[in-house]
Amino acid sequence: MFRTALRNVLAHKARLLMTMLAVLLGVAFVVGTLVFTDTIGNAYKERYLTTLRNVSVQATPPYDEKTGEPGTVGEDTLRSLRRLSGVASVTGSVEGFAAVAAKDGHPLGEEDVTRAGNYFPQADGKDNRHPLTAGRAPTGPDEVLVDTSTADQGGYRIGDTVRLAIDGPVLHKKLVGIVRTDDISGSGGTLVLFDDATAQKLLLKPGHYDAVSLEADRGASEQRLAAEARDLLPENSEIHTGAQLRAQQQADAAEGAKGLSQVLLVFAAIALFVGIFVIANTFTMLVTQRSQEMALMRAVGAERRQVTRSVLIEAALLGLCAGAAGFLLGIAVAMGIRQLFASTGSGLPDGPLVVAPGTVLISFLVGVVVTMLAAYLPARRAAAVPPVAAMSALHTPPPVRSLRRRNAIGIALIVIGVLGVVYTASSGEEGRTTVLFPSVLLLIGIIVVTPALSGPAIALAGPLLRRFGVPGTLAPRNARRNPRRTASTASALMIGLSMVTGLTVVAVSATTSLHQRAENTVTADFEISSRSSGHLPASVHDTLAKSTAVTSSSPRREGAVRIRGDEVNLTGVDARSIADLLDPSFASGSLAALGAGGGKNLLIDTSTAEMHGWTMGQRVPVVYADGSRGTLRIGGIYRSDEFLPATMMPLATLQPHLKKIEDSSVLVHTKDGDGETVRRSLQRALDQNPLIRLRNTDDLAESAGGESITLLLNVLYGLLAMAVVIAVLGVVNTLAMSVFERTREIGMLRAVGLQPEQTKRMIHLESVLISLFGALLGIGAGIFLGWAAGKLASDSIQGYEMVIPWGRIAVALVGAALVGVVAGLWPARRAARLNVLTALKAD
Amino acid sequence: MHANLPPSAPESYAAHATDLTKVYGTGDTRVVALDAVTVGFVRSQFTAIMGPSGSGKSTLMHCMAGLDALSFGSVRLGDTEISSLNDRQLTRLRRDRIGFVFQAFNLLPTLSAVENITLPMDIAGRKPERDWLESIIRTVGLADRLDHRPGQLSGGQQQRVAVARALAGRPDIVFADEPTGNLDSRSGAEILEFLRDSTTALGQTVVMVTHDPVAASYADRVVFLADGRIVDELHAPTAEAVLERMGRLTPAHQV
Repeated sequence: MFRTALRNVLAHKARLLMTMLAVLLGVAFVVGTLVFTDTIGNAYKERYLTTLRNVSVQATPPYDEKTGEPGTVGEDTLRSLRRLSGVASVTGSVEGFAAVAAKDGHPLGEEDVTRAGNYFPQADGKDNRHPLTAGRAPTGPDEVLVDTSTADQGGYRIGDTVRLAIDGPVLHKKLVGIVRTDDISGSGGTLVLFDDATAQKLLLKPGHYDAVSLEADRGASEQRLAAEARDLLPENSEIHTGAQLRAQQQADAAEGAKGLSQVLLVFAAIALFVGIFVIANTFTMLVTQRSQEMALMRAVGAERRQVTRSVLIEAALLGLCAGAAGFLLGIAVAMGIRQLFASTGSGLPDGPLVVAPGTVLISFLVGVVVTMLAAYLPARRAAAVPPVAAMSALHTPPPVRSLRRRNAIGIALIVIGVLGVVYTASSGEEGRTTVLFPSVLLLIGIIVVTPALSGPAIALAGPLLRRFGVPGTLAPRNARRNPRRTASTASALMIGLSMVTGLTVVAVSATTSLHQRAENTVTADFEISSRSSGHLPASVHDTLAKSTAVTSSSPRREGAVRIRGDEVNLTGVDARSIADLLDPSFASGSLAALGAGGGKNLLIDTSTAEMHGWTMGQRVPVVYADGSRGTLRIGGIYRSDEFLPATMMPLATLQPHLKKIEDSSVLVHTKDGDGETVRRSLQRALDQNPLIRLRNTDDLAESAGGESITLLLNVLYGLLAMAVVIAVLGVVNTLAMSVFERTREIGMLRAVGLQPEQTKRMIHLESVLISLFGALLGIGAGIFLGWAAGKLASDSIQGYEMVIPWGRIAVALVGAALVGVVAGLWPARRAARLNVLTALKAD
Repeated sequence: MHANLPPSAPESYAAHATDLTKVYGTGDTRVVALDAVTVGFVRSQFTAIMGPSGSGKSTLMHCMAGLDALSFGSVRLGDTEISSLNDRQLTRLRRDRIGFVFQAFNLLPTLSAVENITLPMDIAGRKPERDWLESIIRTVGLADRLDHRPGQLSGGQQQRVAVARALAGRPDIVFADEPTGNLDSRSGAEILEFLRDSTTALGQTVVMVTHDPVAASYADRVVFLADGRIVDELHAPTAEAVLERMGRLTPAHQV
């Protein structure tokens, strides 16, 4: 049996190549995932080992209980720590935020990774956290260092003047050196370092540090040092030994890598599932072609079991080869995935590829198991061939089995699936995970009825294809000849496209509703805020209010007050201009209340009302930060919205009680809208301060999630591409088989006058038909699943309304048609090149 | 040795081959399938080509029908010298001017009977001449089966569809390759009668390759091939006469 199987594998090399490719790609994806996650896990580990190399003890002081500010460590503490025995060096660190502008003025770096700190030279004049690659350490208040990536992005060279801002006006500092940073937030982020005194002055307070780390002498115990340091440090400081930190961060890295690998493996599983269709299809065809051979084996005494086993051994051999090849390709895939993630700016560390022994084993296991699984049914069917079939002279295809039972099962699955999805989708929170189950049932149901569906669906295309003449008449009829084969080919494509469509529907709906909502609630042209999480100085609003481009403006100026023991943040806005800038949707009351009631009206959003149990018209006693008391009346309740403050009151009432005048943001309405010219003129008015960010409603919607949704969607597209590629291979495979089976027919057509290009067109049209059929099924299912997912998400995304992305669906359909054309290339060429006489003699 | 040419003027030939030579392979594997064959098929005549296996009768037909390239010589279909045509032109020639009937019927299973009949014209994008088409369908007796698929027809009926397809485009010449080879004798006789009727009643030209003396006896003329040469010829043949001539060509054990 084994030898027969082996000979069969070798005999059908070319045809099996396609099958192998399907398994191979799936395996490659799995291996790629494992290698990729092992690699970045290892890279993180290495990186932490490097950054923590000189840390034996690290201490962070506790938060100040009264002010809620982070605690600090004084210089005197550092001096006494340095005197401990076994201490090689002590480093005090100051950390903060600094927005840096590029040489041409545009701000650098993502919002959260624009960091600033101190350069803390040791006895040798160097700070081992930040090795210098060029220049020297900063001395004095006017000198800075930046890291290599900041210098590259900003186009800065040593000697240049760097424009930056920390919490107020633009500062100009001379660049004296460039450092290498080993920190994880490598790509996209920026880092600026000042000398110790300057950093303290700008970022913290003179003579203080945010944290301190000790490096022990060789052989000194980290534990002992930590214990001794504890007595010198502020009480309740968080103290870790280097060993603890390294272990902790490694564990975090491993955890992160594991989560990522699980997500990726889900997509690998989808790709493999699609692969099963392609493999099963190929085996069915191979077995049909060899039915006479199988019958002969049965006739000469092979048991059914032996025939089945021979096919399964063939599958196993194939799976083994595919596993081996997939393993090699997987390493390339791992690099590809890394590229994909790097392009999203997530800044993964570099490191050598890590191939764990388990990965090798898994690649072979997956290859063999998946292939054998897919070949099982065709193998059983092969064994069912009656021995007498060997005697029949003509090659007879197996009788067409009725689809009735299959359709009944399929329809039942679809009904259960649809009902299940509708039910779970409307059951709220707990439906989020359970909806997966009926969704899968629905997809399986569709796959089961696809053969029955393929006939009528493809027949519908018939009239459209008439204009292609005979090729157009024959293509749909050929596509309908073997409904099962057409169906499983289309199903493979359907699976990938249903996910692509579903995800697209949800993502596009979510971003569209975000934009819609931003548009509706924010009528201001620009919101001006700080790129750090901090506040803007009041001067920003003053400048903008004076600008000729601005027609009306208001700051969002916040003050904490106490109302009946609860701390509440109240937002003061300009009562006169706010109606030009924001348009909340009110449940009761209106913005006009701000200008009425003697300035004593407070507007709150629904969630604030709910949290405190306040109702319309209610009077609440307020204790301001300066200790004075007053009474405010709830003058309106509006729907909560992330683009709106939680409360609004007249600035004139709030401002006298504020200790510090600063704004969380400024809203402006301009003469000429929210275009780029206006943006630039406002930026100029604000001295091109890199700290200050101007956002129009589109930008606000993008920062509120639109951007990350799009990014995520693109990553998911990339991951689903593998499943689609495998499905395309399936189309190629099916057509190649069809051409092979219909060789004589094609010979006859050529003999009676079908030109080679007409022959090609016939195959291409068939290929496009099958692809479009699969795509339409997938898109239909995807829209439904997208609707369900959207319904579940609508609780957490305010104002979510389903948008069917017709543009993208059209792109998907055109893509599917292209897939059909590409998949048909090789089979069509083969068909057109057949020698007429040889083809006529084929059996 | 050349056979006696029929006593007709060259322009009365539907197809004519001069010194048609076909060589397969080179060197040691070189096989001469046709050796300078000169033969003409007269218009509105039913000609049978006979010969033992390997005599070159199928090759002769393939070369004259534009399915196979000749190594040397010339083949004219009416006024057209087909040895100089490229593949596109040959394909068009087959489509518009030649009809084919194959041993294995070779109908498209996805097309109905009538669609199979009009297939060559559909490929050409030509409308069939209705009167002609109807008379052919009437002749082959398929009027009530036009919407059937080949799978729903008997072998004889399928071959009648194939004959109708060959005739439907009013070709210059019809080539039939063992058209009765897969049929029982009654269906075979019907097909042969249609082919003969098409020459007598409809004025078509038919060339049939066969190894069956009874089939050959339906023809107006039988051309005998052996070892790639025309060795004999018989007019108004009977089955007995054909059998007798064949017996002379082949050793007894090969018949």
